[in-house]
Amino acid sequence: MTGTSNSITRSGRRREVIEGLVRVVLIACASAAIFTTIGIVFSLLFEAIRFFGKVPISEFLFGLEWSPQTAIRSDQVGASGAFGAIPLVTGTLLISAIAMAIATPLGLLSAVYLAEYAKASTRAFIKPLLEMLAGIPTVVYGFFAALVIAPFIRDTGTGIGFEVASESALAAGLAMGIMIVPLVSSLSDDVINAVPQSLRDASYGLGATQSETIRKVVLPAAIPGIAGSLLLATSRAIGETMIVVMAAGLAAKLTANPLDAVTTITVQIVTLLTGDQEFDSAKTLAAFALGLLLFVATLCLNVLALRIVEHYKEQYD
Amino acid sequence: MTDLVTTTDRWLKRRHASEWRFRAYGAAAIVVSLAFLVLMVASITMGGYPAFERHSIGLKITFDEKVIDPQGTRMRDQLMAANYTKLVRSSLRDHFPDVSGRRDKRKLNKIVSSDAGYELRDLVLGNPDIIGTTSQVWITAAADSELYLKGYVDKNLPQNQRRLDDLQIGWLDTLTANGQIKSHFNTEFLLSGDSREPELAGIMGALLGSFYTLVVCFVLSFPIGTLAAIYLEEYAPKSRLNRLIEVNINNLAAVPSIVFGLLGLAILLNTFGLPRSTPLVGGMVLALMTLPTIIIASRASLRAVPPSIREAALGVGASKTQTTFHHVAPLAMPGMLTGAIIGMAQALGETAPLLMIGMVAFIVDLPTGVTDAATALPVQIFLWADSPERGFVEKTSAAIIMLLTFLVIMNLSAVLLRRKMETRW
Repeated sequence: MTGTSNSITRSGRRREVIEGLVRVVLIACASAAIFTTIGIVFSLLFEAIRFFGKVPISEFLFGLEWSPQTAIRSDQVGASGAFGAIPLVTGTLLISAIAMAIATPLGLLSAVYLAEYAKASTRAFIKPLLEMLAGIPTVVYGFFAALVIAPFIRDTGTGIGFEVASESALAAGLAMGIMIVPLVSSLSDDVINAVPQSLRDASYGLGATQSETIRKVVLPAAIPGIAGSLLLATSRAIGETMIVVMAAGLAAKLTANPLDAVTTITVQIVTLLTGDQEFDSAKTLAAFALGLLLFVATLCLNVLALRIVEHYKEQYD
Repeated sequence: MTDLVTTTDRWLKRRHASEWRFRAYGAAAIVVSLAFLVLMVASITMGGYPAFERHSIGLKITFDEKVIDPQGTRMRDQLMAANYTKLVRSSLRDHFPDVSGRRDKRKLNKIVSSDAGYELRDLVLGNPDIIGTTSQVWITAAADSELYLKGYVDKNLPQNQRRLDDLQIGWLDTLTANGQIKSHFNTEFLLSGDSREPELAGIMGALLGSFYTLVVCFVLSFPIGTLAAIYLEEYAPKSRLNRLIEVNINNLAAVPSIVFGLLGLAILLNTFGLPRSTPLVGGMVLALMTLPTIIIASRASLRAVPPSIREAALGVGASKTQTTFHHVAPLAMPGMLTGAIIGMAQALGETAPLLMIGMVAFIVDLPTGVTDAATALPVQIFLWADSPERGFVEKTSAAIIMLLTFLVIMNLSAVLLRRKMETRW
């Protein structure tokens, strides 16, 4: 009798040890996400601080000139290189704004149609098709933008007498906008579906038509959630790389003209870090400073967006 | 009274018209988005499928012993080093004896691929008895000839604006008329590595690179992702730490992909000194990126397992670990695998982080393992799209067709897996 109880306690103890071990392994795996974030922050911060040792942070944040070439002779013009990020920021914002100007109406209207008008069978067919737009790799959009959209815009533009750069911000923004449509539409779709049916029924009861109900009741009720989804989409547009690398320009230019060629933060990171590099030059380190800028900007947008969406969900739960 | 009726009638009509318009806007938005999808896929497919066809030029080649192996030793080194290009050139001159002058002769040489000599070399190395005989050999056409044979060259353009002049077009036409040009399926495109010459560039190197990268990515991200999901869903108490982990995962999912590339460059390459441009590093970076996707999908799948399963297992005396790993996790496995396949599909299309860790190098040799320098399929697309030669345009489109085909297969298998294995409770 004591033998069995002994073996039971022993197996029970072994069980506890195993349980503890499993828990440790599981926690380690779950912490991978935290370690990744820490890794990102430290690698960006560390290299960026080294960069700010060579170039003052005020020049980086407020400088209007970006030309990171390394000098061949010391007496050369612009030998030190200019590292003002403002033209890159405006270029990024210009292309993102064009993308959002296309994705917002297309995405929102599709979401409204799918959520409110479409029959269940149509919805089951159309939704996966729209999602396909999100599943196509961005390098494909970039190729299409450079090969088809950009020449088309240039030819039409010159046809009606505008001066269009061959790598116009419009071409990159257009392709990016289409890429973001499914993101906007599926997020907004969820948000619109979360609006309680009672609000709609009340509106119909007062004699409003369906579109009046959508415009005056459903959409205003869903505004916070929609704003959140648009913020997420904007952050996606700012961080998008391949489309702009292939379809936008390389020269930094401070302009708001969508027909001009501009460059973006991500394009410059790629240009600075592909090809031969020495790891101490301000040129390579600048890429990490830009990466830090990008990371902080998108992180702020994401946190804000997730907060808004969460807060909105609680409202109707 | 009638006045009022007509006014309300008019209002009603206006309201119904605006109702109809609003509905039409919604439908139009969907149509525009889908039209773009169709336009993009169609134009790339149209541009890419000719790359799967290839033309060869049949030339009577005299394998002159005096050129290949003057001493008659048949030593491998001698056969390797012989001047085979000379054989191709003299054969071309035999076919068109009236070509004279250095410039015209050089033009004539340019209608076959610059690699034609190597093709003959491989033939001789494979069968040395061929030396001294004359036989008909099919030789790869040059990229410019290929473009003409596929009908891309406009003969009406002035000569200096096209890559082939009237003489070269005349030669190609003569060869076609003599039946010395044949078209066949481009197996070389599928089986060979990259090249600077469009007619020789193949996709196998990039495919293998992508394959090794995805293997590394899967081996790392699937176990870590599912175990993390199991912890968060089954074990984690509602503590500060776990809340932090959750917020972290959600934020990581929205971090721009290029930032992961910077992480890989700074930590994996510069701090740990892992080899640059390799699928090993590429797979590790992509694993970090796909982790959130897998964790989120796996958690949803675990949540769908009803609590009664857990209660029953615990009730008969199973420990927490036994309950989770013997009962809950197997039931959630199809959902987890679906999430993993979708994550892998994302990883397959990802380009930017791979550029950061140097997987953009020009690599001719096929990679044989995860530590060989390699490119990946989307990076190959980027590289070819950047090449100035006209012949690379159709190669780029063809590579995109391959990439999209793989993505469709992966996503379809995810959908089928979900449909087949899904249990309804």
